[in-house]
Amino acid sequence: MSDRLPGFSTLAVHAGAQPDPTTGARATPIYQTTSFVFNDADHAASLFGLQAFGNIYTRIGNPTNAVLEERVAALEGGTAALAVASGHAAQVVVLQQLLQPGDEFIAARKLYGGSINQFAHAFKSFGWNVVWADPDDIASFERAVTPRTKAIFIESIANPAGSITDIEAISTVARKAGVPMIVDNTLASPYLIRPIDHGADIVVHSLTKFLGGHGNSLGGIIVDAGTFDWSAGGKYPMLSEPRPEYHGIRLQETFGNFAFAIACRVLGLRDLGPALSPFNAFMILTGIETLPLRMQKHCDNAKAVAEFLAGHPAVSAVNYAGLASDKYNQLARKYAPKGAGAVFTFRLKGGYDAGVSLVSKLQLFSHLANVGDTRSLVIHPASTTHSQLDDAAKIKSGAGPDVVRLSIGIEDKEDLIADLEQALGA
Amino acid sequence: MNHDAYPDNYIRSILNSVKSIAMVGASPVNVRPSYFAFKYLAQRGYDMIPVNPGHVGKDLLGKPFVASLRDIGRPVDMIDIFRNSSHIMPVVEEALTLDPLPKVIWMQLGARDDAAAEKAEAAGIKVVMNRCPKIEYGRLSSEISWMGVNSRTLSSKRPPAPTQGMRLSLNRMSVGGGDTAASDRAAKNKSEQS
Repeated sequence: MSDRLPGFSTLAVHAGAQPDPTTGARATPIYQTTSFVFNDADHAASLFGLQAFGNIYTRIGNPTNAVLEERVAALEGGTAALAVASGHAAQVVVLQQLLQPGDEFIAARKLYGGSINQFAHAFKSFGWNVVWADPDDIASFERAVTPRTKAIFIESIANPAGSITDIEAISTVARKAGVPMIVDNTLASPYLIRPIDHGADIVVHSLTKFLGGHGNSLGGIIVDAGTFDWSAGGKYPMLSEPRPEYHGIRLQETFGNFAFAIACRVLGLRDLGPALSPFNAFMILTGIETLPLRMQKHCDNAKAVAEFLAGHPAVSAVNYAGLASDKYNQLARKYAPKGAGAVFTFRLKGGYDAGVSLVSKLQLFSHLANVGDTRSLVIHPASTTHSQLDDAAKIKSGAGPDVVRLSIGIEDKEDLIADLEQALGA
Repeated sequence: MNHDAYPDNYIRSILNSVKSIAMVGASPVNVRPSYFAFKYLAQRGYDMIPVNPGHVGKDLLGKPFVASLRDIGRPVDMIDIFRNSSHIMPVVEEALTLDPLPKVIWMQLGARDDAAAEKAEAAGIKVVMNRCPKIEYGRLSSEISWMGVNSRTLSSKRPPAPTQGMRLSLNRMSVGGGDTAASDRAAKNKSEQS
């Protein structure tokens, strides 16, 4: 047995999967079952007591989902992972392990709009208080730290404009504060950025986007980097203290550097319940097998489209970190040298009306509220997702009336450019 | 041996070769990590010997407790120490008086004593620190994958259908990186903090 290190594409195809012992099936079977038979009473007790590795009930674990979990853990360079029903479910499960009512977490102001809503409203009702900081101003994170701070949350490539976050700089703040840094790596995928290599302690994804990649299945995942000492300072009792749910087991002591993933499974997923369907896990696994191929094509297409738009007379500005002139280009070269992702925004000289007109004239781009599909997608935030805000608020959130967001697919770039050209031209 | 990052082949060769394991600090309390590991290793076919002076006269899953390593009265291949780092040295010193010497001294997750390791290695004993043999066996066999853990191994072979109590093959292709690199960073962070 050699200790040779396989490459990313090999892991994308193989990690976590092996032929089925019973049937020899080479593709990962869809274990579409709620529950699993115990060998005997002792086996059942061992599983319920977390003493043995195995399956009990699909809300806690499922063999198809387990392949997905190990594969993403391997691609991100983490110790373990937990798949859940959506990216939003991943965030609630992660923070449930870290925060008690009255605690705080610091979040980057530039986030997916759904995350901003979840943090500002749903989590507030749990007593988890978000404190916003500006990812372009690292000192704003330092200033936000208080004794009640339990975590820092950022996106590696941030919504909506595809800006690049200085992950290492913010991880220094997190280490100094003695709290874990959580990185939402959805828009980058581990093909472009592996946040654990830059100091992340926990990585979350909406699998719905580039990892699944085909716009057909919702899913989310939590990756444990295995880097954080949960026992220090007694700040994280879900991990460091005896758990009454399991007759006094201390999870960190028992599970070492994958204790956080276990806590998410046996305390979070078990009790909150957002389990991923094994069918969705299968669809997402199939998507991940081609992640390196797709992601490179997404990025190459996005760069070509951004360059085209930057030279078009109807366009006043393009925000794409892959362009040499972009303010995030240095960070993109450091963190995402293979490509700056495929989600970005641009502004139209014709303002709101030009945005509405563009969306209605496009023939290949689909007008919808998702990103990270094989298909190219477009949305005009001012007339859709952000339509309830006044103009000042729209501009502040990067969704001014003249802003259009694209998620570039894996079609032929010439066809995408031709579609934009005809829609912008007339 | 670099005790920050063990090659999989090192761990694999130990778990494939040892047959008897004396567990120092084995607990009869069924939520303690030592109980988990003792039970699992016994189920995977290792000849387990519980060592704990506080429980002499009782047994652990049918195996009688002994008070000390010298009381085992027969050769053992591996000593697995479930004690805090500060209690490792006396156990290693006692192990070095055994005849024949054990082949391996293993210190549990969280336990590390570099001076004790050096002594044992000078006597030709292989040492593993800050690891759990249950986790490593589960990882190298990929059984731990049921829990979403990154086994850091790959295999395109069809494994036998698992039955209760069987030994599992540990001969899978190893994948470097992963939690080795992450653990190294964690250890480094920890030592910088202290």
